Amino acid sequence: MAIIHIDDREFTANPKDNLLQACLSNGFDLPYFCWHPALGSVGACRQCAVRQFANPEDTTGRIVMACMTPATDGTRISIADPEAVSFRASVIEWLMTNHPHDCPVCEEGGECHLQDMTVMTGHAYRRYRFSKRTHRNQYLGPFVKHEMNRCIACYRCVRFYRDYAGGADLDVYAARNNVYFGRAEDGVLENEFSGNLVEVCPTGVFTDKTLSAAYNRKWDMRSAPSVCVHCGVGCNTSVNERGGQVRRILNRYNGAVNGYFLCDRGRFGYGFANRPDRVRTPVLRDPGGSMRTATRTEALDALTKTLGTGGKIIGIGSPRASLEANFALRRLVGADGFHAGVSAREARCLATAIEILQAGAVPTPTLREMEAADVVLVLGEDVADTAPRVALALRQAARGRSMEIADRLKIAHWQDAAVRDAAQGARSPLFVASVAATRLDDIAARTCRAAPCDIARLGFAIRHRIDANAPSVEDLPEAMQALAGEIADALLAAKRPLIVSGCGLGDEAVLRAAAGIAQALNGADRLPGIVLAVPECNSMGLALMQGGSVEDAIDTVTEGATVIVLENDLYRRAERKRVDALFDAAANVIVLDHVSTATVARADIVLPSANFAECDGTLVSGEGRAQRSFQAVFPKDDVQASWMWLRDIAGTSEWHRLDDVVRSLASAMTQFVAIGEATPPGDFRIAGSRIRSEPHRYSGRTAVDADRTVHEPRASVPEESPFSSTMEGYYGQMPASLIPFFWAPAWNSIQSLNKFQDEVGGALRGGDPGVRLFEPNGAAAPRPDATAPGQFVRGPGQWFVVPRRPIFGGEELSALAPAVAERIAAPSLALNPADARSLDVENGGMIDIDFKSGSYRLAVTVAPELPSGVAMLSVGLPGMDWCALPGWGTPRRAEPAP
Amino acid sequence: MLSSIRTLWYTFLHLFHHSETVQYPEQMPYLAPRYRGRIVLSRDPDGEERCVSCYLCAVACPVDCISLQKTEEDGRWYPEWFRINFSRCIFCGFCEEACPTYAIQLTPDFEMSEYERENLIYEKEDLLISGTGKYPDYSFYRVSGLAIPGKGKGEAERERPPIDTRALLP
Ligand code: SF4
Ligand code: SF4
Ligand code: SF4
Ligand code: SF4
Ligand code: FES
Repeated sequence: MAIIHIDDREFTANPKDNLLQACLSNGFDLPYFCWHPALGSVGACRQCAVRQFANPEDTTGRIVMACMTPATDGTRISIADPEAVSFRASVIEWLMTNHPHDCPVCEEGGECHLQDMTVMTGHAYRRYRFSKRTHRNQYLGPFVKHEMNRCIACYRCVRFYRDYAGGADLDVYAARNNVYFGRAEDGVLENEFSGNLVEVCPTGVFTDKTLSAAYNRKWDMRSAPSVCVHCGVGCNTSVNERGGQVRRILNRYNGAVNGYFLCDRGRFGYGFANRPDRVRTPVLRDPGGSMRTATRTEALDALTKTLGTGGKIIGIGSPRASLEANFALRRLVGADGFHAGVSAREARCLATAIEILQAGAVPTPTLREMEAADVVLVLGEDVADTAPRVALALRQAARGRSMEIADRLKIAHWQDAAVRDAAQGARSPLFVASVAATRLDDIAARTCRAAPCDIARLGFAIRHRIDANAPSVEDLPEAMQALAGEIADALLAAKRPLIVSGCGLGDEAVLRAAAGIAQALNGADRLPGIVLAVPECNSMGLALMQGGSVEDAIDTVTEGATVIVLENDLYRRAERKRVDALFDAAANVIVLDHVSTATVARADIVLPSANFAECDGTLVSGEGRAQRSFQAVFPKDDVQASWMWLRDIAGTSEWHRLDDVVRSLASAMTQFVAIGEATPPGDFRIAGSRIRSEPHRYSGRTAVDADRTVHEPRASVPEESPFSSTMEGYYGQMPASLIPFFWAPAWNSIQSLNKFQDEVGGALRGGDPGVRLFEPNGAAAPRPDATAPGQFVRGPGQWFVVPRRPIFGGEELSALAPAVAERIAAPSLALNPADARSLDVENGGMIDIDFKSGSYRLAVTVAPELPSGVAMLSVGLPGMDWCALPGWGTPRRAEPAP
Repeated sequence: MLSSIRTLWYTFLHLFHHSETVQYPEQMPYLAPRYRGRIVLSRDPDGEERCVSCYLCAVACPVDCISLQKTEEDGRWYPEWFRINFSRCIFCGFCEEACPTYAIQLTPDFEMSEYERENLIYEKEDLLISGTGKYPDYSFYRVSGLAIPGKGKGEAERERPPIDTRALLP
């Protein structure tokens, strides 16, 4: 710890920080623009000026940029110094000379860092009387809006987009005060982290297009802490609501998980919640077969009648429903009747993943810990598609070598431009073994393309190189041998090697290979980590709960059984005809869901359940972190949380609130004992008050409903919740898992986050949200039975088809969001050029492919990187039937219809 | 004690003052244009809606009786709906102070008594007038940088034409 003097008072600071960080961490309001805790300093904006004195006797000092000056012990600075104050005011005045008169029509207004800083420096009157330079805007796709006039040339956008996220299509053009931040030409921003520009840009140049379409100011939206439901990473989000609709998703900082950034699927995938076709009322099937909407009482009566007949009940849970909902179903139908709603293959992969993460001694790191890895091996998982935020963390890990160089040269890590100049893009080794090209290839030291079983073989070969006692791999081609040796050497030389794999290929051998390497690396001076990507937001929680697969449910269904499906579209989990058979056999099909799916269409009774924004619930991320999300939307109709419906069906009366369910779950299943610690209980109060979920200047309270009634209906207040649903209640320092939105006096923008962290860029005060449900048990030996599979042999006339879950479209809920839907590529079958030629098709040509489960007609994409005999099919896209992948398929050139 | 007596004395003197009875409503009092009565939404000199749906009046309103929803057409912001609950309004004029476009204005009309509270809920159709109100000249979009139909980038007051990002000239 360094002692620094700010305005003649003594403060402690981290000597590795710069003075701006030190001032902000000590609670000072020092204006800044170009510095960002995750991006470091470049000294571009000259806004953070302070006066620095050489020693206690020095009274003259000199103006320095706080963000470019280290917080060394004994530093003496003045923030309040009159010259520094007027310097900062002048800087704002210059920045404002060309700024448009736009605040009223600017989406950033009310949460604009530039507004905040302008007020903070006291610049109130424009003295500049000349003309302003202007810019043309660009179309940047369905996510981000562009209004270039508002730019203050802080360079944050390009530094994030290019340097941090590895994007290539956003750049800076022109010179001096004409600089232009945009693309070479109009077009969709390609990088899947483009949505972060909305938060990174301190002005209204980049704004959220989906919010703008139904716009409200920050102060007018109710906000609740939430957890992203679009993949298994478990990024923390804030949901903003107005008028009963989700208006946007914002990043909610969690120092251990997502930090400052979300992926575009997580940020813009919320549109499914506002769809007009979503399930809002109970629906009953009349004896005649037609569907009609019903009241809550009618639905419950029908349910009692149905379930009163006795007979077998089969419950099918869901990896996109909360733990509580799945548990409520499990309790209703009993452990035997409960089925995790995933395919058999996925269930096997998840069980393997859990076994790997719990056995042995290698822990799974948090995202922040991943960034500290010095050698990374990605084995068979395209994380950029299946766990996007992990891919972003790996990009930062790859910068580790640059940081080592900086350390050698005694350059502080936050000296961003200096580090980049000195390191010249030096990267820590990152190896990618995958079936097709991935979006991490650009930073990979070596890439390798192979069929899934060959990827597993490579993994086993690496393990053998590390641990000679592990079985060797027979007949490995020489190139693979060499690569295995190279990777093994790099991993052995590492201090914190990281192995990344996942369930994406649906291949357990790949998972076992990854686990084998991680276990073999575990040694005295090495701290290996293993990351296994799981497909959905609660895949891990559901797998921990155990229960058969959808196939098991289909196999065990008997004529006349009742099937209860919880928030799940079975047509996405198993073959169409088998699911049809299940529904045909069942006497009653009860479906609880919030989106309209093919399964909902088959139901006899549909119950409208609440989506992630409409109820409280716990999700378990791939890391095993249980995290709670809270209600932001209070639906006016019969929508209620699935666990409440299931409670009402069961007639259990001891569950009044979520905490009761959480308690039951924790006592019923030991793997969940800790989940209560994920967040304070529902009766949590601060000074007797709930935390308010609406900002203190929430407007329109007495007018918004006045067209329906002038009597100003009472706000719906959740019976037991740490949050009041209104603007009444406490707002200040609160437990990290309960921060509904970030705001502090004078800091209306998202940068107010600084006031909630222990140290700027560090953990949230009181510890980052979430609780780990498991840690490895420490047992040493790797599994003896894990041996390499046989070599890939291509079938005659057959191709081995592996699945790809594209970031846009590969996940069910986000694919229903209109903005994401615009980014979904049409389904296609990727083949390597020689294979395509042998089938006599070209890029874009049509092909028929037969699987055991059915046939598809698809367009062909020629992918030069694919191994021969392997094809790749994007799965999970809307309108596509489920298909047992990976598996063999027989393609042939489609003959155009006569 | 003394002050009480003085107050009584002054009150007593009022007996001899000229009485001010106005025969309202036959005789209408003069109310200055700045009087704070019924609220209207005005139009700009080109006859377009002035309100840009910035929500500043709503947030300034101490009784929260203004509510609206932004929508957009060809880049121009305007309210999809705009509602004032006059049964709550206290005619403080904060909304007019807050309005950056002179759209919302208070007028000298105070005759708004109704038997039904519902009739005091004014929607955009009820609020929008066809003129400019007290500020005949101001047009927000002529000074703002947003492009709208008929005014492209660089065509607002005191703006230079958009820069050419590919030019190398200084
Ligand atoms: S960027 Fe900020 S200061 Fe500029 S117009 Fe938008 S809200 Fe106003
Ligand atoms: S667009 Fe935004 S982030 Fe980029 S330089 Fe301009 S103000 Fe900074
Ligand atoms: S990485 Fe996954 S959890 Fe994170 S924002 Fe993206 S979809 Fe959501
Ligand atoms: S302040 Fe003026 S421009 Fe803004 S919403 Fe209100 S009336 Fe419209
Ligand atoms: S924040 Fe220090 S110069 Fe920009």
